[in-house]
Amino acid sequence: MSVEAREARQPWILLSPALTAVGLLLFVPLIFIVVYSFWLRTASGADQVGFFLDNWQEALTDRFYRDILLSTLRIAAITTLVCALMGYPAAYFIARSRGNKAILLLLLMLPFWISYIIRTMSWINILGVSGALNTALMWTGLISEPIQMLYNEPTVILGLVHFLLPFMILNVYVSLDGIDQTLEEAATSLGANRWEAFLQVTLPLSLPGLAAGGLLCFVLGAGTYITPLVLGGPSDAMFANLVFEAIITQLNWPLGSALSLMLLAVLGLLVAIYNRYLGMAQLMKGLG
Amino acid sequence: MSSVVLKNIVKRFGSYTAVHPSDLEIQEGDFVTLLGPSGCGKTTTLRMIAGLLDPSEGEILIGGKRVNDVPIHKRNLGIVFQNYALFPHKTVADNVAFGLKYRNVSKDEIARRVEEALNLVQLPHVGGRYPKELSGGQQQRIALARAIVIEPDVLLLDEPLSALDANLREDMRVELKRIQHQIGVTTVFVTHDQSEALAMSDRIVVMSGGRIEQVGTPEEVYNRPRSEFVANFLGASNILDGVCRERGAETATLEVPLFGTVPVPQDKAAGISDGPAKLVLRAEKLTLMDARADITGMIAADATVETVDYQGQTVRYFVRAGDRSFQAINMINERPFPEGSAVKIAFRSQDCAALPG
Repeated sequence: MSVEAREARQPWILLSPALTAVGLLLFVPLIFIVVYSFWLRTASGADQVGFFLDNWQEALTDRFYRDILLSTLRIAAITTLVCALMGYPAAYFIARSRGNKAILLLLLMLPFWISYIIRTMSWINILGVSGALNTALMWTGLISEPIQMLYNEPTVILGLVHFLLPFMILNVYVSLDGIDQTLEEAATSLGANRWEAFLQVTLPLSLPGLAAGGLLCFVLGAGTYITPLVLGGPSDAMFANLVFEAIITQLNWPLGSALSLMLLAVLGLLVAIYNRYLGMAQLMKGLG
Repeated sequence: MSSVVLKNIVKRFGSYTAVHPSDLEIQEGDFVTLLGPSGCGKTTTLRMIAGLLDPSEGEILIGGKRVNDVPIHKRNLGIVFQNYALFPHKTVADNVAFGLKYRNVSKDEIARRVEEALNLVQLPHVGGRYPKELSGGQQQRIALARAIVIEPDVLLLDEPLSALDANLREDMRVELKRIQHQIGVTTVFVTHDQSEALAMSDRIVVMSGGRIEQVGTPEEVYNRPRSEFVANFLGASNILDGVCRERGAETATLEVPLFGTVPVPQDKAAGISDGPAKLVLRAEKLTLMDARADITGMIAADATVETVDYQGQTVRYFVRAGDRSFQAINMINERPFPEGSAVKIAFRSQDCAALPG
């Protein structure tokens, strides 16, 4: 074998374990789901093998699914916006701090050591009827009866922000950290005050990080079912809850497959638009 | 255009003092260089003038007005940073126009002045490009154009040439000096490169360890160093411990080992008194000669060549005479003296300077 052929083969040899894992654990199951979505669940509870468009017709025409899809996208968008507004200043603070950067980043990673479900459920202890907040308010005498603060859309958004904020902060931090601080000094030396220098120089240069963080928050937020399940009321179901409901509760795998592919298509489209304008490289930087 | 005055300025970072009490007066229109090794406080001093750092003590006056409490964006200074600090997301024209947008200048006027500034730095056609599309030398010129287009009271240059390669650096040195002459702006230049300082400055401020060692014209600090540090930092010097025997009207007579009596011109022996003194012998003024050469009018000693550092036009010798080593930098025409050869090292007494012992 020639040297060139050996060198050409080398990357593929190194990639093969990862490609095998991705292929077997992601690609093959995805094909199963596509195939499933064309089967049909009969009244007897058995799946009928074949090529039926019934599930797709139901998923695409029933207004119930459309409304929940839209409200899912709305909740994900609000969550992303809140994460951006809360995350940017925090990321800026970390990027500009001198000695204790490593500690601040460690603190940021700390929540990942606790299960996302546990973190979500912790809000019940804070906002629940006998939770910390109600107990404190009752003790001060501001209220006489506990207030029901849980199980509505704001608490779902709260839970999602709690879950997704670190992703936003990390992405924005990475792009802010890469910006040369003398650029802001140069801007102020030319007559811009600190706020103008930020708006003119730092903010535009950090937009790729903000966009990457935004995409991650949006996609992860729109795809979650745990948060609405734990913190939402009956009317706060998000699209992934419908998939959960169809597959786990009703055991209707064909319909669940069609619904999950629908969500995948919508979010995939968003990622494609992002990739077209900003490129995946920025996202990888933030994750690394 | 304004003068810059530092009055008893001090800068401390925690328990570390970066700049010890220092006074400095920079005349209007002067090109003044802060010269010293890294950590000498030159950049800290520049950043205090700029308003990027607050002095711990003392006063800074620009154009006669105290500016300690004036924030950087109101000081009207042009700063060129070491890494240029051009805005990567703005075109060259927008970079140059940046400062004018905060100065109530009309759009037409901005366009005219940007063009003028780009002409001044001899890059008239790059306005539409982005900084990363330019070479290092071109970026340097744009950074300069951006700093001078606002007609600053003072131009501050923080090692602006250090990121360029050697040839370009020498071109830019001439260019920078030409532009400074043309617009006549008071300029403070920071560098660790003695040849840049000697070539460009009206006055040089030599700094070391957070203190000002000497202030003077390039010729003064080079020929009449006031301290051992200055003598060694501006070119290489051989410094000999000796004794001052006599101070006459024209010369101070020093007695040094190996060479005996050396009459040092009075203007190069300021500040010494009878007793211990040091003789400064510049490496460029110490000539290697054949062991049998005629040394009339010179002071000489026998030596052996130890190391030869050949550089084409010049050669740097390390020679041993008695129990110490000397450095000599000589122009040569043909072959240098080989290592191990016996030579004479000689100098003229008027080329020496003396320091207090």
